[in-house]
Amino acid sequence: MDKEYVGFAALPNQLHRKSIKKGFDFTLMVAGESGLGKSTLINSLFLTNLYEDRQLPEASARLTQTLTIERRGVEIEEGGIKVKLTLVDTPGFGDSVDCSDCWLPVVRFIEEQFEQYLRDESGLNRKNIQDSRVHCCLYFISPFGRGLRPLDVAFLRAVHEKVNIIPVIGKADALMPRETQALKQKIRDQLKEEEINIYQFPDCDSDEDEDFKRQDAEMKESIPFAVVGSCEVVRDKGTRPVRGRRYSWGTVEVENPHHCDFLNLRRMLVQTHLQDLKEVTHDLLYEGYRARCLQSLARPGARDRASRSKLSRRSTTEIPLPMLPLAETEKLIREKDEELRRMQEMLEKMQAQVQQSQAQGEQSAAL
Amino acid sequence: MSKGLPETRTDAAMSELVPEPRPKPAVPMKPVSINTNLLGYIGIDTIIEQMRKKTMKTGFDFNIMVVGQSGLGKSTLVNTLFKSQVSRKASSWNREEKIPKTVEIKAIGHVIEEGGVKMKLTVIDTPGFGDQINNENCWEPIEKYINEQYEKFLKEEVNIARKKRIPDTRVHCCLYFISPTGHSLRPLDLEFMKHLSKVVNIIPVIAKADTMTLEEKSEFKQRVRKELEVHGIEFYPQKEFDEDLEDKTENDKIRQESMPFAVVGSDKEYQVNGKRVLGRKTPWGIIEVENLHHCEFALLRDFVIRTHLQDLKEVTHNIHYETYRAKRLNDNGGLPPGEGLLGSVLPPVPATPCPTAE
Repeated sequence: MDKEYVGFAALPNQLHRKSIKKGFDFTLMVAGESGLGKSTLINSLFLTNLYEDRQLPEASARLTQTLTIERRGVEIEEGGIKVKLTLVDTPGFGDSVDCSDCWLPVVRFIEEQFEQYLRDESGLNRKNIQDSRVHCCLYFISPFGRGLRPLDVAFLRAVHEKVNIIPVIGKADALMPRETQALKQKIRDQLKEEEINIYQFPDCDSDEDEDFKRQDAEMKESIPFAVVGSCEVVRDKGTRPVRGRRYSWGTVEVENPHHCDFLNLRRMLVQTHLQDLKEVTHDLLYEGYRARCLQSLARPGARDRASRSKLSRRSTTEIPLPMLPLAETEKLIREKDEELRRMQEMLEKMQAQVQQSQAQGEQSAAL
Repeated sequence: MSKGLPETRTDAAMSELVPEPRPKPAVPMKPVSINTNLLGYIGIDTIIEQMRKKTMKTGFDFNIMVVGQSGLGKSTLVNTLFKSQVSRKASSWNREEKIPKTVEIKAIGHVIEEGGVKMKLTVIDTPGFGDQINNENCWEPIEKYINEQYEKFLKEEVNIARKKRIPDTRVHCCLYFISPTGHSLRPLDLEFMKHLSKVVNIIPVIAKADTMTLEEKSEFKQRVRKELEVHGIEFYPQKEFDEDLEDKTENDKIRQESMPFAVVGSDKEYQVNGKRVLGRKTPWGIIEVENLHHCEFALLRDFVIRTHLQDLKEVTHNIHYETYRAKRLNDNGGLPPGEGLLGSVLPPVPATPCPTAE
């Protein structure tokens, strides 16, 4: 055997095999006014019809509609890899005459997922934590406006520190190329002006070839992505069948980079940055939430309660519990106490049994 | 009936595509049957010619209002309709103006001339409508403006020394721009049209229709028509004002099939098949604004300008204005409004339905 070869270069393969076995979770939120082609785009991205059973309400029904959060799950398998995709929809957003604070349910939802994760992470059974945190939010901007509308700005400011935002211009076939460029620039300027942090696609490695780097730079320049979605295949005589939208004046091809940025979005979102989105959610956004929570717990009253708690698995930190409303925290402490006590009892019982069987064994050995 | 005089027709481009619109009398007369066996040619049919000459000399007013969220192409469409820069749109696409915090009313007047006919066109823009986070009651400034114009006209009318021709600033037509979501009307659209269809002629149009395929367009239109019907919203041409069977059949066809018109506007020209056409150039084709296979701009233009222009004015004067006037007189106890009138024009009557003046 080669003395210099240890063999841990095989580690990535092991990780790879393990993650294939474990499967892959991803939660994608889609937000924006109704009628911007969100559902069509999602169907196009994942080549499934996720919105088959959807009932679109009429205008009069929407007069009194409040924003709801809907979750749809789908398992997609490709090349032996299973992806459990959860789609979070926000029907009703931006529809009413008065949309004040209509983004609050969305913010609350995102934070609830963080809260759940924090609780699970601090809990006893950590083997099968379900990660329901929102990893990415595709925010749809109208192509008909002149940039971000007041509602867009309000929503983005409310969520930009809590979720990865990828801004997208929906129904981009409403725009001529020059208009698309102008709108993208306007949106980029507005995002900077309003200090909204969108998801930053990481720089590619310096050892990549020039071609790849150029492609990468081009992709980054095209944010916000101007997309067109379609699940219909246009079969015209004399041309090859393409996925697109057929008009009297021509056919928009969804997968043609000269027509729209669909390919770019699909490549960056699904093919190359799925894992990075999850990591940023965990390392940056979730940690930020956790730090804020725990910091606010580090107040005099809270510290007393925390020290009374019998749970001290983390000897390094003095505050093991996440920030929950007071009654809930108390309840949780009591529950954990109960659990601990029960486990201790069980342990004692087992020890007694072992001692008994040992004693019996000695007896029988002596006999 | 033999005609001794040669018919003179002006080559007014406005009446190119359709036969001459019949001038309708301001007060519809009951048809009286007379003995048509005339012994010779009298010449009363020249009244049409005389009216046309008069109109050409005096010109006429037309006031059109555009309402809709910003970015729906309102200004571009109006410019395309009247083939000139009559709206306040800047020449570059990328307008730097900020969205106003409340709805503003901006009226710009132009005089355009065609075939010897002068039209004083006023375009009334409503920036800020529907753009805020909270759009409650954002139609109120618009309703207020419309009523103010009626009030102005009313004041002039009840004056003792009246002007020969009262300047007409009343809104004759309101184009309401519906966003092409493809789903249905938005709650704000319903609210606006519910409130305003009773005070002004509303013509709903589907803006930026180049984002819908033919099937999507027709489905969307059907849904919109149905929703408007369910809510009792009567857009122009209103069913109740059809004067005769001819009107009714013509308008029924428009109401039930063509409206709301799905339009595309543009102020840029491109070369298509050797012709210069107004359109929008995309990588997948050129959308021609005046091509009926592409969009219904030509239908809207013909409807508003070439066939129903006069009717729009008449309905505004005979119906909407009269409704306003009746309400004002009623509120005032039968007295006309206004200060400084020495001896009212109308005799004071108790608060009963208003007396038929004129």
